[in-house]
Amino acid sequence: MPIASITMPRWGLTMQEGKIAAWLVGVGDSVTAGMEVLEVESSKLVGPVEATASGILRRQLVPLELDFPVGTLLGVIADESVADDAIDAFIASFKPIERDVQAAEDAAPLTVVVDGINISYVRKGESGMPVLLLHGFGGDSGGWGLLQASLSSAHDVIAVDLPGHGASDKRLAGPSLSDQARFVARFLETIGIDRAHVVGHSMGGGIALALTLMCAAKVASLTLLAPAGLGPEINVDYLKDFVAAERRKDVEAALERLFAQRHFVSRALAENVTKYKRQDGVRAALDRLLEGFVRGAGQAENFRSGLPQIDVPIVILWGLDDRIIPASHADAMPAGVVVERIEGVGHMPHVEAADTVVRRIRALLRS
Amino acid sequence: MPRKSMRAAINEAMRLEMRRDSTVILIGEDVAGGRGGTAEASDPPGGVLGVTKGLLSEFGPDRVIDTPITESAIMGAAAGAAITGLRPIAELMFVDFLGVCLDQIFNQAAKFRYMFGGKARAPLVIRAMTGAGFRAGAQHSQALHAIFTHIPGLKVVVPSNAYDAKGLLIQAIRDDDPVIFLEDKVLYDREEEVPDGAYTIPFAEARFVREGKDVTIVALGKMVHVATEVADRLARDGIGITVIDPRTTSPLDEDSILEAVKETGRLVVVDEGNPRCSLATDVAALVADLGFDHLKAPIKRVTPPHTPVPFAPALEDAYLPDAGRVEAAVRAVMAQQR
Repeated sequence: MPIASITMPRWGLTMQEGKIAAWLVGVGDSVTAGMEVLEVESSKLVGPVEATASGILRRQLVPLELDFPVGTLLGVIADESVADDAIDAFIASFKPIERDVQAAEDAAPLTVVVDGINISYVRKGESGMPVLLLHGFGGDSGGWGLLQASLSSAHDVIAVDLPGHGASDKRLAGPSLSDQARFVARFLETIGIDRAHVVGHSMGGGIALALTLMCAAKVASLTLLAPAGLGPEINVDYLKDFVAAERRKDVEAALERLFAQRHFVSRALAENVTKYKRQDGVRAALDRLLEGFVRGAGQAENFRSGLPQIDVPIVILWGLDDRIIPASHADAMPAGVVVERIEGVGHMPHVEAADTVVRRIRALLRS
Repeated sequence: MPRKSMRAAINEAMRLEMRRDSTVILIGEDVAGGRGGTAEASDPPGGVLGVTKGLLSEFGPDRVIDTPITESAIMGAAAGAAITGLRPIAELMFVDFLGVCLDQIFNQAAKFRYMFGGKARAPLVIRAMTGAGFRAGAQHSQALHAIFTHIPGLKVVVPSNAYDAKGLLIQAIRDDDPVIFLEDKVLYDREEEVPDGAYTIPFAEARFVREGKDVTIVALGKMVHVATEVADRLARDGIGITVIDPRTTSPLDEDSILEAVKETGRLVVVDEGNPRCSLATDVAALVADLGFDHLKAPIKRVTPPHTPVPFAPALEDAYLPDAGRVEAAVRAVMAQQR
């Protein structure tokens, strides 16, 4: 049997190093591929790392709670038949993958033209029922980090940059949630996907809802993270401040309202968002999107009354300290809709409680 | 995202803006390729280091104008064109030639808006190559950003990488005031990820290149890469370094520098300019004045000696601040406790 390495994962474009929070299995324990074997903590999140092969965990290599670069060898898996000195030789000759090479492999976005609009998306994992990730207002495919990386071990995970966002054209198919849902349906057709599990955050959650109501056959399950489209309230001041912010400090001040825990808003995160916002055409696209989904002081579209028609599993995850869309929008859901509210978390459950969100989605996809 | 050299990024910035806005013109020695620069010439070189290559064939000789070797005429014509409604990009080739056209820049372009009570604007970009390390001798190697920074009415940009160069140059072209845009010639071949479309980076917005808890290094242009090398090396020894690239020296993002010093308590400024009345002295004075209470150690400056840039390669290498000197400065401020 070959010797398998477990290395420091890279969750998201900005992650450069991480530390081991805990090993979940000890040296000498048997592991199977896909099993969670340790927990890693980066500046933004804590999440599980899975065994890359089945066998015995033979070595745990670096101390806990100290930062090591992405790609560092953390552990070694091999079965009993492999001699200790073979493992020592493997460790001695191990070369961490260069960060830039790994970044290129990780990022390598694909491009497709849908109704005349260039759409950029990141596809990871090759087998299994596809999972489509729909980001929120002003977000992009890079914001899923841990979620995309971790679901891709068992699924074909597609994170798209919606029109006006990320590396996609800064032109919109239409500003409303329904317009965007129609466009997402066309995107799925264009890349040849008939049916997918759909995960949507905030505006992306509203789009996912609209998509399900519009073409139920395309959606295998629905995971909504602090979604739009379930009630009237939304923090319009936040949306306007985010759109108006041109400097990193102003962007940072706006982003702080997304999180319950301030430490998630780093300069690097603000710089990345600012990079997006500096592109020609972004301001106009975001202004137009705002017109599409805000009416007066609230949301323009509400899909709540359509929920009972949806017969695929629905899971709604919401941070109790959400300052953008109130968690009360998940109250009084029809029977069968699973709602989980997370304490100490704001509008970004997939970042602030990445671990919980990943486990919850994995459980849903397995069922 | 595609990787592009700083040369390609600067070329792309000019190309995109010339496509977007027909009032943007390019004027300078050899910008069209020399020899009178006609569009018929097949693929002319586009300047001594090829930065303007291809612009003549796309935009023609009315917008990409080769001049005689006459810096005062280039800058005078560009300043005049700017107040009459064009947006010229004037190339000074080597910043060392500044002495020939001081009046046009300092006393004319920089003063128009003020002298005419705001009724005139001079939306002019002056591009020039800057810096040592190119084996080009004392008259083609100076880093003169401080001279421009000293003059009210001029904005001064010194990009350290391809991404910034493109966004800052587009910002400069769209700006309604004269902007001095200094390109370090040894950085032309450095590649970074650069989006294909247009984007802008506002002036006076410093970039946090690295973040650490112990020492702040403020560095400009190619010195950013020296500082970053030291930051990465010393991180392994447990010394955390914040590297700040101010990107523009006028206006200067004072807030970010003070914020970083507040977090780290120690400051090293690395500047390739001559040491007297320089960015290094300016930043050191800023922090001594407004950030003194946060300092745990005296401020250190790392600069060349106050001499012309030597031509002998060994001396030129010794002249420029390098990682060894920056590391020594960092270790010195770490060793002192106030």
